[in-house]
Amino acid sequence: MDANELLAWARGPGFDIALTIFVAGMLLRLLEVLALGNKPDLSPPRGSGPKGAVQTLLSRNLPRKAVFDREPLRIINGYVLHIGFFIVLFLYGPHIVLFESFLGFGWPALPSGMIDAVGAITILSLIAALVFRLNNKVIRFISTKDDYVAWTVTLLPLLTGYMAYNHLVASYTMMLALHLLSVELLLVVAPFTKLTHMFSFAMARWYQGYQAGRRGVES
Amino acid sequence: MDDLTLGERLRQRGVSRRGFMKFCAATASMMALPPIMIPKVAAALEQARRPSVIWLSFQECTGCTESLTRSHAPTIEGLIFDHISLDYHHTLQAAAGDAAEHARDEAMKKNWGEYLLVVDGSIPLGENGNFSAIAGVSNLEMLKEVAEGAAAIVSVGTCAAFGGLPMADPNPTGAVSVSDIIKDKPIVNVPGCPPIPTVITGVLAHFLTFGRLPELDHLNRPKVFFGQNIHDRCYRRPFYERGQFAETFDDEGARKGWCLFKLGCKGPTTYNACATAKWNEGTSFPIEAGHGCIGCSEPNFWDAGGFYRALSLPHANVGETILTAGAAGIAIGAAAAVLNRKRKSDAVDNRETITIKDLSKES
Repeated sequence: MDANELLAWARGPGFDIALTIFVAGMLLRLLEVLALGNKPDLSPPRGSGPKGAVQTLLSRNLPRKAVFDREPLRIINGYVLHIGFFIVLFLYGPHIVLFESFLGFGWPALPSGMIDAVGAITILSLIAALVFRLNNKVIRFISTKDDYVAWTVTLLPLLTGYMAYNHLVASYTMMLALHLLSVELLLVVAPFTKLTHMFSFAMARWYQGYQAGRRGVES
Repeated sequence: MDDLTLGERLRQRGVSRRGFMKFCAATASMMALPPIMIPKVAAALEQARRPSVIWLSFQECTGCTESLTRSHAPTIEGLIFDHISLDYHHTLQAAAGDAAEHARDEAMKKNWGEYLLVVDGSIPLGENGNFSAIAGVSNLEMLKEVAEGAAAIVSVGTCAAFGGLPMADPNPTGAVSVSDIIKDKPIVNVPGCPPIPTVITGVLAHFLTFGRLPELDHLNRPKVFFGQNIHDRCYRRPFYERGQFAETFDDEGARKGWCLFKLGCKGPTTYNACATAKWNEGTSFPIEAGHGCIGCSEPNFWDAGGFYRALSLPHANVGETILTAGAAGIAIGAAAAVLNRKRKSDAVDNRETITIKDLSKES
């Protein structure tokens, strides 16, 4: 199979299969959690549940002081990683075309040179994240295969995208095909690993914030 | 075939030494040779005898021949081409019928093992190759027969090189490329729909100059012409880098000459010399005329998801896939939820009461 055929497959059946598994799988995982339901709480509320939920949804974007003080670099790296990933994913012209195709609206793109730089920083940040994980005994101990799979499938699209843009190793056509395939791998794997946090983080924060808010305690 | 060298014939035609050297310099630079090679190119071309060329046209539209002849007739490249011995080309030759086929037989016999075979068009394999025949001989048979005595084969155009339009889905004639059939001869692919005329003459000039074919890439295309993609050499590239794209063919961005990526330009995945060699004697190329590259020199370009679909878009409609997958996800999720609830209630129903006695060490 040459680069053109691979690209055609990645843009054709490959993408359809991956997107189907991603959407169906993610809904399945989230619905399963939602369908568990809550036991009725018969105690009189001491505060507002929804207020607590919204508060937690927002406040957990910021680190806890105690945690931050202990490992500031690891926390900062987490921000670099996530913000970098968002910039590369949502502000690169060719990516916006994809979102535009099903959302019906687009937004301005960043210059590709900036995306290139942010991509490089994000890749380094991911590598740093792995170093932090391996260097911290506790985190290393509680890490499972799941974590390393999630790390790998997140790194691959960034790496192949960077290589395609900079014409590294293979022709642009081949690297673009590999880039799309790596994204497809991410889509297929995401619903069945901790990467579900891309959606479930909001549910978890809402649930915990709601419980705490209702009880009138800090979340 | 006469014995005049190319240099002699050019002088006979009134081409000045200066004009000839200019052509040699252009040819050398086009083939990415260092300036030191220009005299060598000149000397080799000067001394070159007219090699016999047999041009076979199979399932094609004659666009490749049109491209070559029309745009180059008044140029020195045209003369160069005039000075190969084109012994058989059924569109261009004056002879017809038996005389034409006789000319081919003669040329083959006289130059067996030395002639250059140029092919345009794909070869149908369906129905025993009977979809296309010349003088009662199927394309498949004729290609095999002529290829046997050829020194090398130049597949001109995407049809001959990769199958092209006739091979596009559903490929009713079972069309294939030359290299799908001929395995034991050096083959150069000069793809394009049509290929750039100077690229065709460049390959022939290289063969005349060095007596061998140019360096080829993994798709057997000459690296000098197909080594870089259109996107990297495109004069609109700065707009891509700045994220400035034309959204339609007549919006503000289009008028300002912004990047055509969103309109489906295949420049990034198309390896060809259009952006540098250009067309119509260096006048312009498709992107300069306001239309995105359609990737015509790449294999399977007809079936690559549509000319007007951006390269970063999948072939299918993403929204539809999401809706279908969403419906499936909800159905499976609901089924899983029911199953989980049943398991939960079953667990409650079947719970065995455990007393402190059960937990004591003696039990």
